[in-house]
Amino acid sequence: MVDLTRIWDVVVVGGGNAALCAAITAREAGASVLVAEHAPKAMRGGNSRHTRNVRALHPAPTGVLTESYLEEEYWDDLLRVTGGRTDEHLARTTIRASQHAPGFLEECGVVFQPSLSGTLSLSRTNAFFLGGGKALINALYRTAEKLGIAVLYDTEVQHIEVKDGFATEAILSCRGFPERVRAKTFIASAGGFQANREWLRKYWGDAADNFQIRGTPYAQGTVLKDLLAQGIQEVGDPTQFHAVANDARAPMEDGGLAMRLDCVPFAIVVNRDVERFYDEGEDVWPKRYAIWGRLIAQQPDQRAYAITDSKALHNYLPSVFPPEKAGTIAELAGKLGLDAGKLERVVADYNASVRDGTFTPMKPDDCRTEGLTPPKSHWARRIDTPPFYGHPLRPGITFTFLGVKVNDRARVLMADGKPSANLFASGEIMAGNILGQGYLAGFGMAIGTVFGRLAGEEAARHARN
Amino acid sequence: MQETEAPRAERESDAMIEARRNLEVCNACRYCESYCAVFPAMAMRREFSTGDLTHLANLCHGCKGCYHACQYAPPHAFGINLPATFSTIRQESYATYAWPAGMGGAFERNGTLVSLLAALGVALVLILTAALQDPTVLYSAQRGEGAFFRVIPLWLMMGIAGITFGYAIIAMAIGGVRYWRGTGGSGGAPLAAAPVADAAVDIVTLRNLGGGGHGCNDVDDSFAMQKRWLHQAMFGGFMLCFAATTVGAIYHNIFGWHSPYDFLSLPVQLGTWGGVFLCIGTAGLIRLKIVTDPVPVAKQVLGGEYAMLLLLFLVSATGLLLLAVRHTGAMGVMLAIHLGLVLALFVALPYSKMVHGVYRGLALLRNAQEKRRTAG
Repeated sequence: MVDLTRIWDVVVVGGGNAALCAAITAREAGASVLVAEHAPKAMRGGNSRHTRNVRALHPAPTGVLTESYLEEEYWDDLLRVTGGRTDEHLARTTIRASQHAPGFLEECGVVFQPSLSGTLSLSRTNAFFLGGGKALINALYRTAEKLGIAVLYDTEVQHIEVKDGFATEAILSCRGFPERVRAKTFIASAGGFQANREWLRKYWGDAADNFQIRGTPYAQGTVLKDLLAQGIQEVGDPTQFHAVANDARAPMEDGGLAMRLDCVPFAIVVNRDVERFYDEGEDVWPKRYAIWGRLIAQQPDQRAYAITDSKALHNYLPSVFPPEKAGTIAELAGKLGLDAGKLERVVADYNASVRDGTFTPMKPDDCRTEGLTPPKSHWARRIDTPPFYGHPLRPGITFTFLGVKVNDRARVLMADGKPSANLFASGEIMAGNILGQGYLAGFGMAIGTVFGRLAGEEAARHARN
Repeated sequence: MQETEAPRAERESDAMIEARRNLEVCNACRYCESYCAVFPAMAMRREFSTGDLTHLANLCHGCKGCYHACQYAPPHAFGINLPATFSTIRQESYATYAWPAGMGGAFERNGTLVSLLAALGVALVLILTAALQDPTVLYSAQRGEGAFFRVIPLWLMMGIAGITFGYAIIAMAIGGVRYWRGTGGSGGAPLAAAPVADAAVDIVTLRNLGGGGHGCNDVDDSFAMQKRWLHQAMFGGFMLCFAATTVGAIYHNIFGWHSPYDFLSLPVQLGTWGGVFLCIGTAGLIRLKIVTDPVPVAKQVLGGEYAMLLLLFLVSATGLLLLAVRHTGAMGVMLAIHLGLVLALFVALPYSKMVHGVYRGLALLRNAQEKRRTAG
C-alpha cells in the first residue's frame, strides 16, 4: 500500500508523459516520489496515450531521425504556427533541450521506429514511438515501477493548497475515498481542460455540446482551475483550443487519432446549409488539418460534409466508418440529410469553375478553381464520377491553450510575478507558455519531456535542501 | 424460424466480422506499422474479404505487440484485440481447410482429442507389446545389434510410422493447397524464387516474433525474446530429431549399420540434442502460456495448444529416458511408451496446432510476393 501519512519529497499530479518524465527524473535524483493518476491503469497516460512522436532538434542524422533539424529552423517553424504567440526564451530552452528528449526516453525503455512510410512524412523532424504513445506510456510506467516510484491510479487530485507561493498539501479522491497527502514539492502535470464540457460552454455556449473530445476524458482541468483560483498567473487564450476535422460519428470522447479525416483537400466541404466556407485546397494537409476543427466549430450545428467522388477515394487514408455512398449527388444529399437541389447546384458551380491541371496529391498542384468563392486553390477536380461519397464532419478537440505561467525552471509564477518556492508544472498545463496558438506535430511531447525533466530535477533539488 | 439466415457455411463467423471491424480502425490508425508483417499487408488493402482476413490472421505470429500498444484496446469502447481475434480465425481456418473436409470438426475439441490420442497411442502399443511379446524379452535387458527390434519388430515400426506419417504429410499438403486457393492464391503471379527465399528467411529466423527488433510482449507490456527463442529451440529440436531418424534410416538401409548406436554416434547425438531442445522449448512455451496476460489470448484454442506442446514434450522426454535406460530391463516398456506417443503425434499431426506451420509458411510466402510486387 502507498503510505499517505508520510511526507513525500515530490508528489506528481497527473500520469502522462510530462508527469512521468518529471517523476522518473526526480526519483533518479534520489527523491521519494508519488504519482497520482486520475485514470484507471488501463486508461492511464492522459493524452500521451494517443500521441505518436516527439519533435527533436538534431545537428546530424540519428538512428531515428534523418538529416538535421537545427534551432533556427525549429524556432521558425514554431514562430510561423504561433504567429508570435510564444515566449522566445522558454521556446528556445525547449528546442535546445529537445535534442536530448529521444535519448532520455530511450533510456526509459521507449523504442523508436527506424523510419516511417505513412502520409505525414515527418521522419526528419520527429522521432516516432514504435507502437505509438501507449507503448511509450507503458515503458515509462515500467521504468517508474523499477525505480520504486509509488503510483496511485483512479486518483484525482482535487486541490493543491497554496499559501504565499508555497504548496503544502493536496486533497485527493483516491478510488473514491477522500485523502490528503503532504509533500515538500508538487509538480502539476494534469493537462488542460478540453474534456470539461461545462468549462467549454462558458466560451462556446451550446456549440460545446457538439465538440468531440479526441483524447482522454480525464482532462477535466480540475488542477488548472484550482491553481488559477489561488492566484497563480495564467497564460494562453482560455477560449481557444486545437481541433481537427473528425468523423461526425466518432465517440464523443477518447476516439483518438483514427477518427480524424484526411479527405478535405480532395473534396469540397459544405456546411449544414450546403454552403462552402473555406478553401479546401489551400495547402498540403499536414499544414492545414489543424485549422479545420475550428472552421467546422464555427459552422451552424458544428457540422460539415466533405463531398468527393470515386476518383478521390484512394488519395486519403481510409476512414474507420465508411462514408455515405450514392449514385447521384441528389441521392447522396438525401443520405447526408442535406438539401438535394442545393447540393447539386454547389457541385455544378464548383465543377464549372475547375481549371484542369496535373493532379499531384502530395504537393500543391495546378488543379484549381476560377471565379469561385471561396476558391479551391489546389487538387480541384470535377466531382463527376459516381459513386459519390460524403463524409460527415465535426470538430474534434485535441487540447486547450489555457495554462499556468512558468519560468525556465518549470516553477509556476504567482500573481506578483515571483516563482513559487515548491510548485512546478510540466506538460499541457503549461504548454500555452510556449505554444500560444496553432499546432506543431510532436511539439507537445517535446514540451512535456523537456519541462517534465526540468520540473523533476528542480523539485528533487528543492526537496533535498 | 431461421429462414432468413444464410446456411452456416456461407455465413461469416463472428470472429471474421470482429476482425474486419478491428482492421477498419487499425487501417485508419497505423501506429503498429513497424511491429510485424501484418500491418504493412493490411495497409495494402482497403476492404477485407474472408480470404484476406484468413491470410492476415495466419500471417500473425501472436506476438501481442499491437495489443499492448493499442490506444483502443479494452476497456476502450472499440475494444481492439487483434491477437485474440486472429487466433480464433486461424483455428477456424485449420478446420475449414482440413482434409478430408469432414475432419475439420477435429479442431473443435482439439485439446481433448489430442490428449485422447496420446493416451490411446500409449495404451495400444503397450498392450499389444505386452500381449504379443514374450515377457522374458520385454522385461530383460536387451543388448547388441537389433535390441530395439527384438521388442517391436522393425517392419512393424517402419510400416506404421510410414503409413501414419505419410498420411499426415499428404493431408497437410492437400490442406495447404486448399488454403492457398481458398484465400486468393498468388493473385495470378507465377511462383518465383525470390519470394520463396524471403519467406524461408522469415520462417527460419521467426523475424515476425522480433516485434521490430526488440522482441514481443511475451507476458505483459514488457518486451522479451523468450517466445522467439523457445519456439526456435522447439523447432530446431524437432528438426534435429527428424534428422536423427533420417540418418538412422540411412545407416540402416544404405550402410547396413544397425542400432543401437553409440552415444557419440551421429544419430544418437542428433536425437539427444533434439530431445533436449524440444523439452526446453515446449516446457518454456507451456510456462509462457500460463503466466501471460490472458486478455489477448483466445481461450478456445488453448486446449489444443497445451495438448500439442505437452505431447511434444512427452515424446522428447520419453526419447531421452529411453536413451538413459536402453541397456536395462526397463527399455522394452519405455520403447513402447515412446513409440505410442510418437504414433499419437503422427496421427494427430494434420488435425492439430502443428498445421499452423503450413498455413503460416504460405501466408509468409504470399506476403513476400505482395511486397515484391508493390516494390517492383
